[in-house]
Amino acid sequence: MVPIVEFDRVSKVFFKGSTQVHALQNVSLQVRPGELLAVVGPSGCGKSTLLNLTAGLMQPGMGEVRYDGSAVDSVNTQVAYVTQKDNLLPWRTVESNVGLPLEVGRHRDMPAIQKRERVARYIAMVGLKGFENHFPAELSGGMRKRAQLARSLVYEPDTLLMDEPFGALDAQLKLTLQAELLKTWEGSGKTLIFVTHDLTEAISLADRIIVMSSRPGTIRSIAEIRLPRPRDVFQVRFSPEFGDYFETLWAALREDMKHGTELH
Amino acid sequence: MSNAIEVAMTRPIVEKPEADVFAVDPSIRARRRENTLVIALRIALSVVLLGGWELASGTIVSPFWVSSPSLIFFALVEMVASGGLPFAIFSTMLVAASGFVLGIAIGVGLGVLFGVNRIVARVLDPYLTGLYTLPRVALVPLFILWFGLGFEMKTIFTALLVFFPIFMNTLAGIRDVDDDLIDVIRVMGASRRDTIFKVLVPSALAWVFAGLRISVPFALIGAVLAEMFSSSEGLGYIISNTANQFDTAGLFAALVVTTILGLALDWLVGMVERRVLRWQHKRH
Ligand SMILES: Nc1ncnc2c1ncn2[C@@H]1O[C@H](COP(=O)(O)OP(=O)(O)O)[C@@H](O)[C@H]1O
Ligand SMILES: [Mg+2]
Repeated sequence: MVPIVEFDRVSKVFFKGSTQVHALQNVSLQVRPGELLAVVGPSGCGKSTLLNLTAGLMQPGMGEVRYDGSAVDSVNTQVAYVTQKDNLLPWRTVESNVGLPLEVGRHRDMPAIQKRERVARYIAMVGLKGFENHFPAELSGGMRKRAQLARSLVYEPDTLLMDEPFGALDAQLKLTLQAELLKTWEGSGKTLIFVTHDLTEAISLADRIIVMSSRPGTIRSIAEIRLPRPRDVFQVRFSPEFGDYFETLWAALREDMKHGTELH
Repeated sequence: MSNAIEVAMTRPIVEKPEADVFAVDPSIRARRRENTLVIALRIALSVVLLGGWELASGTIVSPFWVSSPSLIFFALVEMVASGGLPFAIFSTMLVAASGFVLGIAIGVGLGVLFGVNRIVARVLDPYLTGLYTLPRVALVPLFILWFGLGFEMKTIFTALLVFFPIFMNTLAGIRDVDDDLIDVIRVMGASRRDTIFKVLVPSALAWVFAGLRISVPFALIGAVLAEMFSSSEGLGYIISNTANQFDTAGLFAALVVTTILGLALDWLVGMVERRVLRWQHKRH
């Protein structure tokens, strides 16, 4: 089986003025097609960099990033990317934001009726029906995330990259959106790489979890999460296996957090 | 009869209580009282100023120097009646508007080009700075030499004045664009052209409009100034002509009209801005 995304001994160094920031060091990783892979790690360890490399928005310093077997050497339009920051276009309404991916790229020539139908379908799927004509500034944070999700799904890419999508939301809304995300993803066959710093969230959602060390980011451990699907994010955290996973992974994470605090 | 029922049914039920809330809420009442006070004081101020002017003229200062509100009013009436003023307004507005449009087109065009292409920006930067530092009024004689005394010269001069604020704001707007927005549309498979027209330009629009507001007065200044130098028509011509004849009332009348035109243009741009940048004004 060809991994859908593959990191082959990837390192990345940034220059901030004259200081060097060693973001990733010798990261090797294979993402299986159709899996939900969560990436957890302390802040600043290179999680977003991992996604940026996958999306082809930056190039690795050393090593190679491959998508579906071939090297990613320019923007990777096979993926959809929900970035960490809010990135809806503020001058477009929800409807027109969600429709944006169909105006550019390979869906450009899709008939208008079909486009409209698709946009409406995904807006309904994320529960934003009735808000089609609202501007992002008129929406709550959770609704903006929903709109971004709809925009990422609308062009039906094979792989979805999500960078701490629910990080800034309150606990209750977070659970609701996690549940909706799982409902959308389970059975879709799509690959989902989900970055988070919330271990509970990672275990609730993922098939596999990668724990990263603090900077320079390396892979500290990889864990298979064998909780049954379809999963109920509200219930799953109370199962005994969940607790076991949590303890093991927390140990791996905490090692670094101590390390990290000593450094700063 | 059915009509009356329909009216009764479609009338919003909340209308009455809401009106009461506005009438009763003390903070809203205080705000309203303040608004009324401000307007009353504004009117009072203009009455005092105009009255003082009227009284001072002919008693403290000779009307030859300062004219008087009533003389200005009669001069205005006469100019309107003779048909001279409407025609002058028309020709000045024509120059101001065409210069404005030309200046915007070149300013936005070059602003986008500079913002998108770093090499072009770096090559042309010192030249534009030079042109910016040059007192542009000094170019009028040169423009007359090149383009004659007609419409073209006036329009081009106006465009030159309008150009800089627009250009600089467009450039600043393009450079201010959030890189994340660009990344996100690139991942969607957008071409460079898509990126420019779907992200860069709309994102810079708020800045462009700020530039428009700044350059509205420049459009009028350009037109009037060019007319003062060269023309036999327009408000600029009336200003220089009345000044030459020591007709202070006529001169003030032309200034009043010019000011009103400036305010009207500013209002118009404000209206367009509110429509185009609707998304900005919808913040809660
Ligand atoms: N484009 C960039 N330019 C310079 N430094 C960067 C850039 N992107 C990330 N970094 C730095 O690399 C490190 C890792 O960043 P990031 O991948 O965003 O971490 P995380 O998402 O895990 O918080 C940080 O120290 C960050 O400041
Ligand atoms: Mg990050």
